[in-house]
Amino acid sequence: MVSLIVFIPLLTAFFLLTLNKNAAELARRTAFGASLFTFVISLGLFTGFDSETAEFQFVERYSWISEFGVEYYVGVDGISLFLVLLTTFLSPLVILSTWSSVEHRVREYLFFFLILETGMIGTFVAVDVFLFYVFWEVMLIPMYFLIGVWGGERRIYAALKFLLYTMVGSLLMLVAILYLAYLHNAQHGTLTFDLLRLYTLEIPVNAQMWLFAAFALSFAIKVPLFPFHTWLPDAHVEAPTGGSVILAGVLLKMGTYGFLRFALPLFPDAAHAAVPLIMTLSVVGIVYGALVALVQPDMKKLVAYSSVSHLGFVMLGLFAFNIQGAEGALYQMLGHGLSTGALFLLVGVVYERRHTRLISEYGGLWKQLPLFASVFLITMLSSIGLPGLNGFVGEFLILLGTFQANTLAGVVAVSGVVLGAVYMLRLYQRVVFGPLTQPENAKLTDLSRRELAIFVPLIALMLLMGLYPKPFLSRMEKSVEATLARIHKTADHQSIESVESIGSVESLGRLSLDPIDPTDLKGAS
Amino acid sequence: MEHPHAAEVAVQTVSYLRYIVLFPLLGVVFNLFLGPRYGRQVVNWVSPGMIFLAFCFAFAAFVQLPDGGALVDSVYPWIYSGALHVDIALRVDPLSGTMIMVITGVGFLIHVYSVGYMAHDDDVVRYFAYLNLFTTAMLLLVLGDNILLLFVGWEGVGLCSYLLIGFWYTDDEKASAGKKAFIVNRIGDAGFLLGLFLLFWSLGAHGVWTLSFSEIAAHASVLPVTTVTLICLLFFVGAAGKSAQIPLYVWLPDAMAGPTPVSALIHAATMVTAGIYLIARMHFLYSLSQTALAVVAVVGAVTALFAATIALVQTDIKKVLAYSTVSQLGYMFLGLGVGAYAAGVFHVMTHAFFKALLFLGAGSVIHGMSEEQDIRKMGGLKSKMPTTYGTFAIGCLAIAGFPLLSGFFSKDLILEHAFGSPHGSPLLWLIGTLGAGLTAFYMFRLFFVTFWGENRSDPEVAHHIHESPQVMTVPLVVLAILSLIGGYFTVPELLSPLYGHEHPHVSPLVKYLPTLLGLGGIGLAYRLYVQDPAFVPGRGRADRLSRQFAGLHQLLLNKYYVDELYDAAIVRPLLAASDWLWKVWDTVVIDGLVNGTAQVIQANGSVLRFWQTGNVQTYALSFCCGAIVILGYYLW
Repeated sequence: MVSLIVFIPLLTAFFLLTLNKNAAELARRTAFGASLFTFVISLGLFTGFDSETAEFQFVERYSWISEFGVEYYVGVDGISLFLVLLTTFLSPLVILSTWSSVEHRVREYLFFFLILETGMIGTFVAVDVFLFYVFWEVMLIPMYFLIGVWGGERRIYAALKFLLYTMVGSLLMLVAILYLAYLHNAQHGTLTFDLLRLYTLEIPVNAQMWLFAAFALSFAIKVPLFPFHTWLPDAHVEAPTGGSVILAGVLLKMGTYGFLRFALPLFPDAAHAAVPLIMTLSVVGIVYGALVALVQPDMKKLVAYSSVSHLGFVMLGLFAFNIQGAEGALYQMLGHGLSTGALFLLVGVVYERRHTRLISEYGGLWKQLPLFASVFLITMLSSIGLPGLNGFVGEFLILLGTFQANTLAGVVAVSGVVLGAVYMLRLYQRVVFGPLTQPENAKLTDLSRRELAIFVPLIALMLLMGLYPKPFLSRMEKSVEATLARIHKTADHQSIESVESIGSVESLGRLSLDPIDPTDLKGAS
Repeated sequence: MEHPHAAEVAVQTVSYLRYIVLFPLLGVVFNLFLGPRYGRQVVNWVSPGMIFLAFCFAFAAFVQLPDGGALVDSVYPWIYSGALHVDIALRVDPLSGTMIMVITGVGFLIHVYSVGYMAHDDDVVRYFAYLNLFTTAMLLLVLGDNILLLFVGWEGVGLCSYLLIGFWYTDDEKASAGKKAFIVNRIGDAGFLLGLFLLFWSLGAHGVWTLSFSEIAAHASVLPVTTVTLICLLFFVGAAGKSAQIPLYVWLPDAMAGPTPVSALIHAATMVTAGIYLIARMHFLYSLSQTALAVVAVVGAVTALFAATIALVQTDIKKVLAYSTVSQLGYMFLGLGVGAYAAGVFHVMTHAFFKALLFLGAGSVIHGMSEEQDIRKMGGLKSKMPTTYGTFAIGCLAIAGFPLLSGFFSKDLILEHAFGSPHGSPLLWLIGTLGAGLTAFYMFRLFFVTFWGENRSDPEVAHHIHESPQVMTVPLVVLAILSLIGGYFTVPELLSPLYGHEHPHVSPLVKYLPTLLGLGGIGLAYRLYVQDPAFVPGRGRADRLSRQFAGLHQLLLNKYYVDELYDAAIVRPLLAASDWLWKVWDTVVIDGLVNGTAQVIQANGSVLRFWQTGNVQTYALSFCCGAIVILGYYLW
């Protein structure tokens, strides 16, 4: 099932190439159908998921490059499950938006988009680290083209910046991955990229530092963690609507996912040592992103900087090293995917009608576009973490977890919640409220049926995730606990002996009752 | 103070409390999806009807409430993460029981009144959707069995307040007032959240993992006093934001931009009392900290006097009432702060009656005066709007503490405790008593210049002055009756299972001076605004006084320049700093370093020069081909 979900988009992409170059409508329908089909299959992962285990499920495993121990090894656990679903959920919606947002070379656009979908899903389901790296790189190329060909005026600059910046990071990561396999060979006599076996490596602390740095840099650029964020506003502003949605909705989560899946559990000692640095950068990013968002004249740039702020929260939750922080971070990844994805789609709606993203060009849109205004309202509220919507659950858990891990970081981060309301409410007021001053805006039409079909599922999910988080959190819990146990298995904390004992009642109790040793608190503050 | 522990309280499980919240929510859903189709006539029945149904269920719960016990309705598990378990669960005890009666009762009357008030507005469906949503959130706030659910309602009412203040959104000033309310409240919310975190982890350190009120109450004593103080102060920041206390009161006067029934419901009777409710709900923590109680009492007393002085000179009918609300909320906090929780909640109820009445009366005046809000252009409405006049008079007497009316009982109770309770002091009492005199004065100043004397409006407006329709006057009459008799609802008795019986004995001077000062305030207002012509430049004592003390008058008229101060000290520096961060730090420094690094590599690296041919397609294509070739090689 997992392979089907990964490769249907890729196969469809190549099928599109066989179509007539000008058959835009047919290409759109085919791509939409395929991505919707992928989503429906992926729902099987949700319903069939066993939330009682931290093991990978729906595993498929074949030998691939046997000389180097590289395997085609895929599966999902509680950490990757919802990221896969987020990807398969957003993809058909993005394709639905191409009916109006992409006018030239539609077939090629969809070709790259579907390859991108395969790359994203593959990155989340890969259990083999080399396979992960291959998918990770596969993602870059289509994204690069989406920005570089269908982007705005400075698209080449933005695309190149995105590509080079990300490549610099990932090359270092490749070296680190190869070193890990080599180390496994040295310690156990076999060359393998199997993540579960690499988890059991005894890596000397100073080697951990270098390896962690290599992984962390690559992921930090992707997140993006302050101060590695300057590629993001450029990429967002120049990318076409669909590109921005996927970039913010899914691609940024590759970085935070990478931390949770690889950098933290593989190198726990280094991870602990990095806590003060990363927490500081995250908190700075939260406040800094919010402040800079406050003064942006361009809607897309504003949303881009808001992402820097929101992802700062996610990083904070991950580095709290407790269950609430980590689950909150995971929840916030999904929540941010929905709300920011929706925000970019909303910007797309008015951009297609007015061909400007300047906030000052709008104002008073409620009278003219009541549906648009209502959808925008709910999305904005979701983004600022209003209880009852998705954003609150993640933000609350992150802040709760952070407060325990590092009170000062928690206190500063809470100020980010206030600033978040400031910039979003300012944006909303200047676009939707006030008198309708620009005569061009008086001619705008409200959301079409197709556009409603994009937003209704997004809003329904925002409400569901806000009102009833249990089906989500319960599926995450075991995997998050297992990962935390690995993170806490550092050289100076031999208290949790083996990964197998995680399921036992005592260790569970310890995880939730006393997630962090007091010495860590000192280290973190 | 000894309070019965949660475990000893008779708790009865029921499953109908949820309907108290669900009916208003149903109203929201109806308005959103079917309202536009069925139109005004149907919406006018459905929206108040849903609140009435909620009132019926609230009443049933209130009646069924076991003596000193509670009713609980667990709906479903909400957020479970590690040791954190939060359920959607509702709880009615004497405190929340009193609150839901006020919310649904007064709320219903204001919904009915709105039918008349909004009869000429095109957007009535949206209006009722918001108003129903507000009621839902407010009920959730008081019914929530745990702090987080309370917070859900807390944020929900803040949202509705934002939407309703900016209801007439095409006016930029009104939209800005809504935004200001939301942001100032968010500052309070930050305190609320931090208090919640500290409470959760501090109890957790003792092995108690809970956010539910009854369990916190049972275990609060394990916490060290300094921790309790800090928790209480953080929650008080939240309470001060929502209930408009110094220094976070600045949003409430601006909130008057909303439709007047909204000011009555949200910004007088219910939402702004949420802060008082929060502290009354968490009394078991506040009682453990002398410091926290003292802070609450002092902030409350100072706010009560401070806002009353501003109200003395305002000329917008709603602004006078707004500052009066800030002041009255101060009294409630004063009551809480001296440990007289029951008296504070009692005043919440009586205030809900008479302040809703006053706001709706003001709305009726504004309605009859073609949207005029300046009292200098009113006068002589007595004969033209008899029902509004009569009910407004009762409201003014009630708030002024006229003997045997509702405000008399609750305000005096607070002041007696302020003097005689172990947490009280003569100074707090004195501040409160002075405030009582000022209250009577500014309310009767408002009353006399609005309803008595000559009419000062434009002939055009004067010609159209009319009494409001019955759909508006009947709620006025009901609220007037409640303002008359509300003092005989024995709320302190009802709440005694929570807060105990305590009634300090004070000397007759202490007991009756506030009332005497109140009567004096009424007399002074009569002297200045009835015996002398009101608002005729160059004539009358009031005018002479304002010129004699021009500096003071300007200071009060401009509300002590607090808004200007915040603007200069916070808003502008924040925007300037953000602008600098973006234009200099982000664009020049960070991005400059990034691009600079790339350029240095480009200039020096011979290998990398290949990448920078400018033809990016070529590059990417070669990368793709390379990847495919390598993969293909291994796949074979």
